[in-house]
Order: sequence, then structure tokens, then C-alpha cells
Amino acid sequence: MSDGNDYNRRKFIKNAALGAALASGASKLSADETPASVIPDSWKKPGSPFSNYGQPRTDRSSPIRWISNNQVVPGDGVSWSPLHELEGTITPNGLHFERHHNGVPDIDASQWELKIAGLTQRALGFSLDVLRRFPMRSKVAFIECGGNSNAIYRRNPVQAACGYIHGLVSCAEWTGVSLGRLLEEAGVQRSGKWVIVDSLDAAGVTISLPIEKAMDDVIVALYQNGEPLRSEHGYPARLLVPGWEGIVNIKWLGSITVSDRPVMSKFDTVSYTDLHANGIAERFSFEMKVKSVITSPSPGQTLKGTGFQEISGLAWTGNGMISRVEVSTDGGASWREAALQEPVLNKALTRFRLPWSWENTNAVLQSRAYDQSGNVQPTRAMLLKQKGSNAYYHNNAITSWAVAETGAVSHVYV
Amino acid sequence: MLLCYLLVASAVEAQSSLARELAPLERLQVENHIYADGQGLPVGSGTAQQGLTLYANLCASCHGNRGQGGSALELVGDRALLDSEFPDRGIAVYWPYAPTLYEYVRRSMPPDKPYSLSVDEVYSVVAFLLQINGLLADAEITVDKKFLSRLEMPNKNGFITSDR
Ligand code: HEC
Repeated sequence: MSDGNDYNRRKFIKNAALGAALASGASKLSADETPASVIPDSWKKPGSPFSNYGQPRTDRSSPIRWISNNQVVPGDGVSWSPLHELEGTITPNGLHFERHHNGVPDIDASQWELKIAGLTQRALGFSLDVLRRFPMRSKVAFIECGGNSNAIYRRNPVQAACGYIHGLVSCAEWTGVSLGRLLEEAGVQRSGKWVIVDSLDAAGVTISLPIEKAMDDVIVALYQNGEPLRSEHGYPARLLVPGWEGIVNIKWLGSITVSDRPVMSKFDTVSYTDLHANGIAERFSFEMKVKSVITSPSPGQTLKGTGFQEISGLAWTGNGMISRVEVSTDGGASWREAALQEPVLNKALTRFRLPWSWENTNAVLQSRAYDQSGNVQPTRAMLLKQKGSNAYYHNNAITSWAVAETGAVSHVYV
Repeated sequence: MLLCYLLVASAVEAQSSLARELAPLERLQVENHIYADGQGLPVGSGTAQQGLTLYANLCASCHGNRGQGGSALELVGDRALLDSEFPDRGIAVYWPYAPTLYEYVRRSMPPDKPYSLSVDEVYSVVAFLLQINGLLADAEITVDKKFLSRLEMPNKNGFITSDR
């Protein structure tokens, strides 16, 4: 670049800046006369270099997952999605909730194959390279742990941020190969009614799925939000079982055995079964029911000033699409319909919003979701009546957040 | 788009698979499950007597001396509490099938060394668990495939299958 060109360029910029200042009439200062104090620091020095993989900011305001695990077996536990600090509907991969029963295994993808056997015409091994040659599809879907929100079964409302009560649900765009396509490739025999899915983890996680679902919308997912699965989400492959409880979305997928009956593993028969008030338990209760929760305002937050506030939250159902969300600010006495943010997707998180004006008064905020089949989210009292207070899983009750005159938000039962 | 998919799919079907055909032994390894009726349980045996020391050394630190009071889930409980607000979840209280217990201990316990117990050791520990759950007449009974397949668990009929 010649000096002459550089001179012309600088002159042009200077004139343009001057023109803008004059046109707006906001300032009579020329660019050269702008006081140093109003020039942002970031204008005065080059920024940080490129990075091979972008990292979140490390200051304290950057959202993180909270971890609750077994002190003696640290790989047995959960980490919660901080729903109260996130917006939109897609959970960043690093903040997608985790439930591991014995740690995150390190799988050597070069040696790995998804094996399909059992009641099939032929038994096949699909390497990662082979899987990538099959037609792929993407699906935006939530995954929710069957035990999410189980604090709502407790006698007294737990005081914790929304994500640490309800954050065992997350939503991502999953990409991979249809499981039905792979099962067809192996050729399912007529007597095949179930598939037994084995994880490669150290907890022996094994579950049984009915063949109808396996042939329907299940995906052998290789990518999450566009990038290869992270180890904690099941690398090299996991199942996405849209709308069904987290445990069956097997991570670190090892093998799939077509069978004439369920295997009745501990995860089929003991964990993840729903004990009812009469002492009888429901098993294979796969579908996650219609549910919603207000993420803002929510416990731990304090309303800053009276007047306009947006009430915003998430709704989802394993039964298809959310059709309607209503919000109450008076503990369920009256309801207003919230706006559903587009796109409203099948078995995905849906964002709802409602404008609200707060005038330093007590309020109890609730949201109530409906799905396309007409199912309605129950009140806590209704759910307890139906399931009994000895239940543990599948809590989809309406949650209540109280706003005090001070603007402080807390968890209450009404 | 759909047409394109169908073309790929049928082309694949006509040919041999892109995937690798598993050798018979590999196939058996995949299918090596232990079912509720005991199918898949290995040949071997153990007694609660033999399981006592194994349990004390390998399990009691987390599950308590007799299946209660440790940091991990209780393995012994009171069945009478099943329909109460705070139900127990012990083996005799809740588990519908005994072979599942073998399968789970074999694959998952102890957590720092899953798959470390031999077949006879797993049978022995399972025998001990059954004994502290009041499901064995005496500690010398041989627990093996036949025994576990026939053992009627108290909560066998305590389940309904969800209509999802
Ligand atoms: C270091 C602690 C630890 C040791 C040692 C240990 N366990 Fe466990 N055990 C656990 C934990 C934690 C779980 C729950 C795992 C989960 O959440 O999936 C568990 C679960 C179980 C269960 C299932 C209980 C249920 O109701 O779901 C059985 C049965 C069991 N262990 C048996 C054993 C046996 C037998 C041994 C010894 C061979 C053993 N454990 C050793 C920590 C331990």
C-alpha cells in the first residue's frame, strides 16, 4: 500500500466521520477533537487472537452446570442445565444436562462399532465411517431425565434456582442415522418385538425399547448442535429417542439386540419405574408428559424496578407439539395465554413469553402447558393425588414462583 | 429429496451391506444378556456363607454391613412401607426378578471395579444379598442358574406396564 493511498483513505474516514457528526447534529466536535474519555478502550488496542475452539468467558457471570454427585462414587450423579441463565430453546453443548451412573467412558472411535444382532437376518457391525455413509437426518429434540423436577414431590418447596430444580432437561439439534434404517439393514425377524440397547459405560446401563419405537423416530446420533458428540454426551454415538425419558437415550452406544421380550434389566425394572400410592409400580413409562416452567423471573432473581417485565419460560411434551401455554400471576386464580415463539417443534423445547407489569405487589407466577392431544399440565395437588407422594419420577406438575413486594422471587406451593 | 433417499436405500439393500458381518463369536458376545427368566445365567454357583466375606470386603463400605445405612442405595428394606410416603427400595421389597440381580452385580458392582468378580463370586454375593433379604432358608443353599431362575421374588407382581 502506498503512502498516498493511505493518506486518501484516512482523509475519507475523517470526512465521513465529520459528516455523520454534522448530520446528526448531536455533536459539534470534529473527530480529532473527541475527548479521550468517550473513546471505548476496545477501540484503542487490538483484540485477542483467533482460537481453534471458542471457549465461554471465564468470569463469574458465565453460566455453568451445577453438579450433584455421590461423594463416594463421584461418577454417579447429575449436572444441571442452568435454565434460569439461558435464553431461546437450544442448550449449548457444554451446558446440556448430564446423568451418568459411573462416569464418562473414553471410547476409542477407531476401534468402535455399533453392533446389531439378535433376531435379525444378519448380525452387523457399523463403524463410524460406515455410519457416516448412510443418509443422515437432523432433529431438534429435548431430552429429559425421568427424575427431573422430583424435588416437587417433597413436602416443602426446595429453594434453589430454576435450573437446579428443573434443569435435567435440555434441547439440541441431533444429527445421525435413523435406527430403523440400520435395523432394516440387519433385517428384523417377525418375532422381534423389543430391542435391548447396551451402553459401553462402567455402570452396565442396559434398557429395553419396544420395536415400534425403535423403527419409528429413533436416531443413532453422531452430532449434537452440528459438532461431533462430546464425550459426556455419548461419543461416538448415542440414541436419541424423541420424547422418551432420558435413560433410554443410551450414550456410548455399544450394541442393539433384537429380542422377543424385554431383558428386564435393573434399569427396566427397579430404577426409573413409577411407584404409585397403592404400592404398585408402573414400568416402561417412557413418555415424558406435557410440562412447562417459568425461567424468568425465577428463584434467586430479584425484579429490578416496577413496570414492564417479560415473563418467559420453556414448555415441552413427549406427546408431540405444545399447543398453548397459559400464565397466571395470581397463583392460578386467573390465566392469560402466552405467545409461543416460533418455531414450535415436535418434541422440542418451546419458548413462551408474556408481557407483564409489576407494581411492587405480591404475585405468584405459574405456567400451564397444553399439548396437541389436549393433555394439560396438572397442578401439584392433582399429580400427588394421582401418583401419591411416594413417587419419584415423571413429575410434570405446575411450578409456582412467588414474587415478594421487594421483588425477590422464591419457590412456593399453593 | 425423498426420492433420492429411496434410491440410496434400495441400492444399499440390493447389495451386500456397507456394514461388516459379525463373526459367530462376536454375535454371541452381543447377545450375551441375562433375562428375567434366567436365560443367559452362566454355569457356576455360590453360597451366602461364601458371599459373607466378599460382601464385607467389597460392598459393605458403601451399602452398610447388612444392606442398610451406607452412603449408597439400601439393599434391604421394609416391604410394608411400599405404599407409604417414604417407601424402602430393598431387593426383597422391590426387585421383581432374581436373575436381574446377578446381571447388575456382574456388570456394575463394585463401582471402582465392575466385571472384576468371577462367576462363582457373583453367585456368592447374590446369595448373601438374598439371605439378608430373608429370601434364603439357610446360608448353605447352593445358588446357581437353576435356583435364581426359579426363585419367586415377593414383588414379582408389584408392577403394571405403562400404556406410555
Ligand atoms: C464405592 C461404593 C460402592 C461399593 C463398594 C459397592 N456399591 Fe453397590 N452401589 C453403589 C452406588 C453409588 C449405587 C447406585 C448406582 C446408580 O445410581 O446407578 C449402587 C447400586 C447397587 C445396587 C442396586 C441398588 C438399587 O436399588 O438400584 C446393588 C444391588 C448393589 N449396588 C450391589 C453391590 C454389591 C453386591 C457390591 C459389592 C460387590 C457393591 N454394590 C459395592 C455404590 C457402591
